[in-house]
Parts: sequence; structure tokens; C-alpha cells
Amino acid sequence: MIRSIILSSDRRRFLFGTLSAVALAFAASAVSAQTTLLNVSYDPTRELYQAFNAAFVKDWQQKTGQKLTIQQSHGGAGSQARAVIDGLEADVVTLALAYDIDAIAERGLLSCDWQARLPNNSSPYTSTIVFLVRKGNPKGIKDWNDLVKPGIKIITPNPKTSGGARWNYLAAWGYALKQPGGDETKARDFVTQIYRNVPVLDSGARGSTTTFVQRGIGDVFLSWENEAFLAINELGKDKFEIVVPSLSILAEPPVTVVDKVADKKGTRAVAEAYLKYWYTPEAQEIAARNYYRPRLAEVQARHAEQFPTVKLFTIDEVFGGWAKAQPTHFAEGGVFDQIYKPAR
Amino acid sequence: MLVEAQTSDMLLPIPVAAARPQAALAPREESPAVRLALTAVALAFLGLFIVLPLVVVFSEALQKGAAFYFSAFAEPAATAAIRLTLLTAAIAVPVNLVFGVTAAWAITKFEFRGKSFLITLIDLPFSVSPVISGLVFVLLFGLQGWLGPWLAENDIKIVFAVPGIVLATIFVTFPFVARELIPLMQEQGTAEEEAAIVLGASGWQTFWRVTLPNIKWGLLYGVLLCNARAMGEFGAVSVVSGHIRGLTNTMPLHIEILYNEYNFAAAFAVASLLALLALVTLVAKSLLELRLDRRKP
Amino acid sequence: MTTARLTWRQPSVIPGFGITLGVTVTWLSLIVLIPLAGLFLKSATLGWGKFFEAITSPRVLAALEISFGIALAAATVNAVFGLIVAWVLVRYDFPGRRVVDAIVDIPFALPTAVAGIALTALYAENGWIGGLLEPLGIRVSFTPLGIFVALIFIGLPFVVRTVQPVLEDLEPEIEEAAASLGATRRQTFLRVILPTLFPALATGYALAFSRAVGEYGSVIFIAGNMPLVSEIAPLLIVIRLNEFAYAEATAIAVAMLIASFALLLAINLLQRWARSRGRG
Repeated sequence: MIRSIILSSDRRRFLFGTLSAVALAFAASAVSAQTTLLNVSYDPTRELYQAFNAAFVKDWQQKTGQKLTIQQSHGGAGSQARAVIDGLEADVVTLALAYDIDAIAERGLLSCDWQARLPNNSSPYTSTIVFLVRKGNPKGIKDWNDLVKPGIKIITPNPKTSGGARWNYLAAWGYALKQPGGDETKARDFVTQIYRNVPVLDSGARGSTTTFVQRGIGDVFLSWENEAFLAINELGKDKFEIVVPSLSILAEPPVTVVDKVADKKGTRAVAEAYLKYWYTPEAQEIAARNYYRPRLAEVQARHAEQFPTVKLFTIDEVFGGWAKAQPTHFAEGGVFDQIYKPAR
Repeated sequence: MLVEAQTSDMLLPIPVAAARPQAALAPREESPAVRLALTAVALAFLGLFIVLPLVVVFSEALQKGAAFYFSAFAEPAATAAIRLTLLTAAIAVPVNLVFGVTAAWAITKFEFRGKSFLITLIDLPFSVSPVISGLVFVLLFGLQGWLGPWLAENDIKIVFAVPGIVLATIFVTFPFVARELIPLMQEQGTAEEEAAIVLGASGWQTFWRVTLPNIKWGLLYGVLLCNARAMGEFGAVSVVSGHIRGLTNTMPLHIEILYNEYNFAAAFAVASLLALLALVTLVAKSLLELRLDRRKP
Repeated sequence: MTTARLTWRQPSVIPGFGITLGVTVTWLSLIVLIPLAGLFLKSATLGWGKFFEAITSPRVLAALEISFGIALAAATVNAVFGLIVAWVLVRYDFPGRRVVDAIVDIPFALPTAVAGIALTALYAENGWIGGLLEPLGIRVSFTPLGIFVALIFIGLPFVVRTVQPVLEDLEPEIEEAAASLGATRRQTFLRVILPTLFPALATGYALAFSRAVGEYGSVIFIAGNMPLVSEIAPLLIVIRLNEFAYAEATAIAVAMLIASFALLLAINLLQRWARSRGRG
């Protein structure tokens, strides 16, 4: 009798164990049936990826029948790259500049030739640097050389903490370099003069937008083209206007799959499809609607009046790529730091 | 002899001017003018530095109307953030409560060497920059950190997941309860506990019946502050969160996201919820204290 | 007593020394000391020469000076006004006192970023207070003065909340005794009340200060972040991190931590000394 009691209690335990195991397995399978991708991105792409993700999820379900969830993480490009290096399990990264992805590659999380894996340097959309000025352009700012005039206040984020601000800096440098008689020394002087006119260095692009728009500080805001459009539409159509300089930089925000994570999670196929989807006309249209310059000629043509033609130079042409530009200009003690040398 | 010194806590230096003749006329309270002036200074200071920023938060939150205000909390990302914040506080606060009482007991009821050193170590998380409070856990548990590779092999996620957020919150709010209790219990001394023990009470009985009633309001303060800070912590949590929308964003991080999306009204609405929560709990505590104290003879 | 009597502590009839101290030290080690040791180890990978270099570059020195200098100023203001606020809240009754009492804790509850944004909005040239100060030529937002304001905001509750409970617990008999012995109110305050409050006030001061030194979230919004002018040390740490220079970043952190720790320890020792003197 005692034996049967023991048995029954054992049986009960066994039953409980089986049931809970079944429940767990069921829960686990329910989770695994839904593939999840994590896209780690920088700040100004929130609206862009909201639209793009919705389109891709639909497309993917039509093609494979699989229901996909895409999680987004946004933040400053540098700190986002650091998070991935330190173990944030991103299947794909879509950052502001190639240098940040290079840094991830350096730690062995993805292949070093990542930039050759997709067309157009792995940048499916581009942008450039433009000026946002107050309505009516009261200070008459037309081009880069107007920025160094005395009394002009320029708002730009800190290139040390913001990826977008590095494009601003390099655009100004490239402009000075390409002027008649321009050389390294002149470019350095020009950029130094620009930063002498900067009263606030916010840590990120959106912080700078708020400083310029909400706080009313500054005469001109150096901004990604897409951010300038967004700021006008979101914060005041009748308060600001965009000035396009004669020459600017082709900003190429790159995208890639994080090999180690995708392989571990078994999401490589969908992650690759996700990024390849960018090069379809539908996705390019989404980019254009979110004020990013599309790569496909047909989509470009459709939005020609939105994106004025600017003479653009690339970072590879002028600076020999990020691998060279970053240490020279933005590393500790680099050219940017020298602008702020204490007066002695 | 030294135990005796502890019990004579109440003896304080009496002014030398003690022998003045007009003793009976000496004021026991400030004159009305001084009282008014001090109250005015205190209120002006608080108004300028705390109330006005608070007014900004609420006026921005309500600028699009009450309907919009409440819709800010209904959004799935917002409810997820609120849930995560509540979960984090629900773990961090009790943990720090137990620790705080234990530490305060050890520090205030006994005399030992290195006490100041120990108190300073408990204070330390206050002086660690929030940026660093997050970073230390990334250095420890991150993929490039000391334990990271082992954790990754065993598929245990700490940073950029909920455990990391909880750890960073515990770290940041670590000193609150202890810090609230230590000065209070120091001021109260050890005489009552010693009497209880001598009269035959056990350690637990002494704590529950003698110490706890003496420190209950201070303890509640500490818990409420610890809770407010746990819910409001931004810097440290931001470093370890990974910012995955709907998954690892706490309320403060959700506020930042809304703000960065130029959704100012919603951002301040969520912020006002945190402020309101703190205000309501603290006022409630205050009223409760008043009622219970009145009931006492 | 079951625990062995150790020479480094004085005997007491109260039980629980071993267990409470044991739990305290263990938990402290797990949550605070081991993680911070990781920080020290990381900075040690630099070696002495580079460590020293990392914390003595002009930028870093300027940032440390700004962080420590302004934190000291803000803590001093907070010590004075915090004491007044605590005094008024404990001793006087006025309508809405309990709400005002609760409001003191707002800086704990409000995320620092929100505080920074609200203060910036308030003190910017187009803000409520900034607009009033602008004609006087005073700029707060985007200047070191802005950092000062933010640090006052985050530090105030530390002073009020450490002084307040002690003030509440102060025995009225002592003041009565002093008064009946002929002390003026000022004398009673300076010689009786203030010495009793001193330990708590010193602690509040030290906490407000050390919290202010490391503050990041609220300051970056209002500071303007100009190198050498309004760039705080924690921002420099973030900058180093974004350069992927973890060791250099931790070096600055370690330097700040040691300085804060030394100050906190000094104040805690001073406080103990004051207490033992107070006991006569």
C-alpha cells in the first residue's frame, strides 16, 4: 500500500513533468515558428525602417509564407556599433558610416570584405549634407563660404559622438579642398573657422535639430538632407527652408549582415533577403519617400524635383575612405581635436 | 567605558552663554519675520529649480490635449516599457531594501574598525557616473568582457537583455535605503536595543519590536526614493539596454525615443507619469504618517 | 555571542554582527566592488605611462576641472538651501507643506534626460526664465552656468533627505534647555542644532557633490558641450568609448572614481570625528 502511494505520487510528478515539458515545447515551437530579426540602426532611420520593415514583412510572407517579426534598435551610430561588439545580437546592422561596421568586423563578428557583398558599397540609399536655415534666409546663406562669416552661428552635432556630424565635417573639408588653390592647410583653416562659429555641440543629430528648431539657437543647421526634410515636415513647414550648397559629400550609410549572429541564430537567409530587398524598386521608392536618395535610376527620375542636383564627391575620392579619414580627423588628438587646443 | 560613551548620545555641547540672567525670555523659536523669510527662501528655491521644470514637463505633456496625453500610454511600445520598468523596480527595490536594513544594522549598532571605509563603499554607486555604472556590466558580461565568451557559449544573455537592466538598476539604487537609515539609526543610538537584549529579547524580536518602529518612516522614505530612482534611471540602463523597441526599453528610454521622434507631447506624457507616481506615493506616505502619528498618544 | 570576538571591534550585547556584516560585505562585493574592479583592471591594461597620459591631456584636465569645480559649487549651494528647505519642512507649517515635501524628491524620480530637456527649455533664450535673463546678458542654457543649474537640480534632494530625518528626530528638550539657560535663538542654532545636524549635512553635501560629478544625462542637454568650456568628464568618457578606446575611457572613470571616493571618505571620517567629539 505504501508502495502504491509512492508510485502514485511519483506518477503524479511524472505526469506534471511531462505536461510542463509539452507546454514548454509547445511554447518554444510557437516562438520558433516566428522568425525574428534584429536590426541595429542609427538615429535618423527610425521612420525609414518603420516603413521598410512593414513592406518587407509583407513581401516575405507572400514569398515564403513565413511570418516575420523585425525588431528595431536605434541610437547614436557609435554606441550602437559598440553594443553589437559587446554582444547585442543584431542580425543586420544599418549604420551611419562604414567605419562603425569596420569596427565590428575588426572584432571578428562579420567578414572584413562586407562592403563588397552588396551593390553600391553596400549602401542602398544615400544622402548628402545640406543647410537648414530660418524662413527667408535672413543671413543670406548660400554656400559653404558663407558659414565662416563673422557672426554666423552654426549648429552641428559633435563629430566625436555623432556619425552624421562627421559627414558634415568632411563635406566642409572637401569643399575647401576643391576650391581654386585649395590644399590641406586651407581646408584645415576653413574647418577651424566653421567650428569657431559653432556655439553648441550636441551629442547626436536629433539633439542638434531640437537645439536649432525648438530652442531657436543658430542661423544655420548642418544636416543630413533627409533629416532637414523631416524637420521641416514635422516641426514647421513655414519656419525653415533648405539651402543646397554648390558642392557636398555623398553620404553613404551602409548595411550588412552580422555573420556570427545570423549563423548562430540560423537567420542568414532571411537577413540576406532583407537587405537585398532594399535594391528593389518598391524599397527604393520607400527610401525616396523618406527623403533618402535612391540608387535606382528609375526611382531617382520619379523624385527628381525633390532632390536637387548637387555636385557630390565621395569619401573615397577625397579622403581615401573611412579607414584613413577616421584616424586622421576624428581619433583622439586628430585634426578635429586640434581645433579645440587650449590657447597658450 | 566606550559602550557607555555610546549611550550618552543625547549629551550635546551646551552654549557657553548659558549663565545669562534673562533665561526665561530667551526665544525657543524664530521670530515670525525670520520664519516667513526662511519659508519664502525655501519655496522660491524649490520653485525655481524643481517646480518650474516640473511645470514644463506637464505643460508640454498636455499641449495636445488630454486625449492625446492618455493615448501616449496605450501604444504597445509604451505599455511594454511600463511593464519592463515595473518588473525592474519589483526586483531591484526589495533586494536593496533587505540589503539596506542589514547594512544599516551592521554599521550603526556596532563599533568596528573600517566603518567609515565601509560606509564610503556603500556610497560609491552615487559617485559613479551613470555612464560607468552601465559600462562596468558591459566590461564584465559583454562579448568582449571577462565572462562574455563563456556566457555566449552557454547562451545566457545578461547585457542587452532584462538581467543587465535589473543589475544596472540595483547598482544605481544600491545606497538609497542604507543611506536613508544610517544617519537616522546613528542618531537614535543603541541604548534601546541594548536594553531589550538585556531584558531577554532575541535579536529578531529586538529588531521587529524596538528598531523597526523607530525607523519605519525613514525606511519607507528610503524604499520610495529607491523605487523612484529605479524607475527613473536613464544613463546606466541606456548603456546596457540595447534599445530594442518593445523589448528592452524602459520608460526613460522610451521617453528618449519619443523625444527623438519629435513626438514631444508623448515623451513628456510618459515622463509626467513617472513624476506623478513619485509625487502621489510620497504624499500618500506623508499623509499616512500624519494619521498614524496622531493616533498615538 | 557565537561570533569570535575580534580585536578590531568593540564588544556589544546586540547580536547579529557577524551575519549582518557578512551579508553586507558579500552583497557589496558582488554588486559594486567586483564590477568596479573590472573597471580598474581594464584601465590597468594601459600601463602606467599611458594611463597617466590618458588622464592628463589638456582636454581631460579641463573636463575634470569643469566637472569637479561646478559640482563643488552646486553642492555648496545645495547644502545651504537644502538645509533651509529641510528646516522649513520640518519646523514650520504652511498650506501645501506635504506636497512641497514630496516635490523635493522629483529629481530622483524624473529621468535625468527629461530633467535636462525641461531645464534647457526653461533656460534657453526663448524659454520662460532664459527670456527674462537674456536682456540682462545672462545666458544659462549652453554655457557652464547651465551645468550648474542642472547639478543643483539633481543634487538638492540628497541634502534635504539626509538632513530632514535627523532634524525630525532632534529632541526638543535640548533646545529648550539651551533657551532656558539664556541662549539666543542664533546661539542655540549655531552651537546646539548645527553641530547635531553637521554629520547629516556633511553626508548630504558629499552625496550631492559626488552625484553631480558623474552626472551625464541632464547635463549634455543643457551644457552646449564645447570642448574646454562646457565639456564634462563623463562626456569625454563617452567620446573615448565611441573611439573604441575602452581602456582610455576607463582610465578617466577610474581617476574620477578615486577622487570622489577620497572626498567621500574624508567627509565620512570627519563626520565620525565630529560625532565622537559630540559625545564628549
